[in-house]
Amino acid sequence: MPEPIPKVPIQITINGRNRAAEVEPRTLLVDFLRDELELTGTHIGCDTSFCGACTVLLRGDCVKSCTIFAVQADGGEIITVEGLEKDGKLHRVQQAFAEHHGLQCGYCTPGMMLSACQLLTKTPRPSEAEIRKAIAGNTCRCTGYQNIIKAISAAAAAGA
Amino acid sequence: MYPRPFRYHRAQSLQEASAMLADLGAEAKVLAGGQSLIPLMKLRFSSPAHLVDIGFIPSLSYSKRQNGAWRLGAMTRHAQVESSDIASTIPIVHDCAAGIADVQVRNLGTIGGSLAEADPTGDWAPVLLALGASVLVTSRSGERTLAIADFIRDAFTTSLAADELVKEIVVPLPSANSGGAYLAYKRCAPVYASAGVAAQVTMRDKSVCSQARIVLGAVGLTPIAVQQAEAILNGKEIREKEIEQAAEAAAAAADPQDDMRGTADYKRHLVRALTRQALQAALRRSRGERVELSHHYA
Repeated sequence: MPEPIPKVPIQITINGRNRAAEVEPRTLLVDFLRDELELTGTHIGCDTSFCGACTVLLRGDCVKSCTIFAVQADGGEIITVEGLEKDGKLHRVQQAFAEHHGLQCGYCTPGMMLSACQLLTKTPRPSEAEIRKAIAGNTCRCTGYQNIIKAISAAAAAGA
Repeated sequence: MYPRPFRYHRAQSLQEASAMLADLGAEAKVLAGGQSLIPLMKLRFSSPAHLVDIGFIPSLSYSKRQNGAWRLGAMTRHAQVESSDIASTIPIVHDCAAGIADVQVRNLGTIGGSLAEADPTGDWAPVLLALGASVLVTSRSGERTLAIADFIRDAFTTSLAADELVKEIVVPLPSANSGGAYLAYKRCAPVYASAGVAAQVTMRDKSVCSQARIVLGAVGLTPIAVQQAEAILNGKEIREKEIEQAAEAAAAAADPQDDMRGTADYKRHLVRALTRQALQAALRRSRGERVELSHHYA
């Protein structure tokens, strides 16, 4: 029997709540979120760093949570799709996706919205080209991109 | 998909990381941003027994101008380079940083990690070779500086000793009246380029080229400096004919393979077209024109 691999203690603030855990080093952030914390709003699509369904915000920057170990996020702040709504009120990006039919099957939606959140924080009034570039790492297999772009434009206008 | 189990070691300094690598031996790998290593581990193409994480070492992320050169810390993320002063001063650096994969990958992936991986399709190596950059590497026994051409030895192979790590990338300030451009052809943002071309020119009296560098990426095991194209351009007034000849020389120097991204012939054709466009943009930039560039996406 090989020696067991020591677990690593981590502390991460997730959606404003401090979470401490001991994780196996190979635990991917997405699996920590979904399996340990039961935050299943973050999706696993391709699991190969292509599709962006697993996108979350780490210190305000969107990252693919299937391509980062939970230990690397130690000490960090994470926002998942569950953290967008505040006091029963949808985030303006969520509201805009609902109003502009920015989703069809909904699988890519959490990742799309979090990529939109980083964009709007750094570029409050993005051009269409900037929106397209910001979601280039998010794949919608319903190919509903036109309405996603409309929704992000509307969210930008709503925040201005 | 899970990687095979590994032991995790968090270094507090590059010196400590070097000592860890020496102690752990050949079964250890360095974890920087993880944007290439983690996919490789999940697919089990790579299964290191130990990872030495250098992501918690303070002050390895910076870009500063010092002693006639730009210095970039090894852990500077592509997104940080994209929005840094070096990128606004040297447009070819912006072309490269802003075109790597997608926002998510640029937020985590690092310039030092990208170079140390030496993936034949990596974006930084051809650009840094065109700029005449070098790599400062460090270990417990000291530091040394290597030119990019000496640093990258083969596909996925560098000159780094087992206990050495990249500390800093040093980019000399480009001469006056110089300009560069990097253009790649990609099927979509998250994937590797099918072909890429970095062009850097320095002009004399506004019209005569005193030095040209054309470097190809993704069409050989290592970046290919097209010396024949440089010989065609050096000392000449660059017109359509010279651009065409340089593009032909680049296509001839490319050493692509047939793969899922296309046939070798197709990639040679891409190299020809990209060389033409990169060279034209580099020339315009050498005259002080502002040229916005984006890679081509299928």
